[in-house]
Amino acid sequence: MTKLERIHLLSRADRLRPLRKFVRELAVQQGCCKENLDCMVMAINEACMNVMQHAYHGRDDGEIVVEFWKDADELLIRIYDFADRVDLAAIKSRDLADVRPGGLGVHIIHQVMDSVEYKNCDEPVGNLLEMRKKLNQPVKCNLTDKP
Amino acid sequence: MKYPVTQHEKYTVLQLSGEIDLNESPNARKQILEQIKRNNNLLVDLSAVDYIDSSGVASLVEGFQAARGKQLVFALLGVSPSAMQVLKLARLDTVFTIYQSLPEFDA
Repeated sequence: MTKLERIHLLSRADRLRPLRKFVRELAVQQGCCKENLDCMVMAINEACMNVMQHAYHGRDDGEIVVEFWKDADELLIRIYDFADRVDLAAIKSRDLADVRPGGLGVHIIHQVMDSVEYKNCDEPVGNLLEMRKKLNQPVKCNLTDKP
Repeated sequence: MKYPVTQHEKYTVLQLSGEIDLNESPNARKQILEQIKRNNNLLVDLSAVDYIDSSGVASLVEGFQAARGKQLVFALLGVSPSAMQVLKLARLDTVFTIYQSLPEFDA
């Protein structure tokens, strides 16, 4: 497994746009297909947004670290925060039949990535999200076919 | 950013554009709800939206619910492919009324 990049950002909403640009460029460099590129940008944006809103509760001075690893034909993305440990059991998709604002981020992440795993960290205290996505397997990213 | 608003006889078109993310969605939400507050039937034009995340989608859902509460029309217009991708993921493409163009709405 090869470490590609490690970036730090503050938990500020205005940092999401440059993050998306960075992810897009990195994924293109790694030969990612268009469909999976959109999926990765979407998932990383949603994940960092969740950290800002639910781990740091809107604080704008929290630190987020995003690591990009290449493992054979897939990208592994690790997103670390250093907020209080969150209740992992509480991180789940909601019933989409209940039409209301909010709560869509986790659902979207699970829909577009190949694997998603949340973990608590002890040293330093915080949370980690690991997501994997094949670089070139667009059938996996058929946005309408997953249940 | 103030989004362009076009008043028609029976409805209003609000044209969102660019990237509607966590940084921009509070502004989009405010302008959507402002139109509903004025009792305007509202078409939100998404044809120039390059990117929308779940916070932007939440703003649309809030507008949809506020309009429904006042028995006003709330519909989406010319949804861009990237916005449609997110609406489909959230399974909201069948919840919102979506028109390809104004003539389709007028028909």
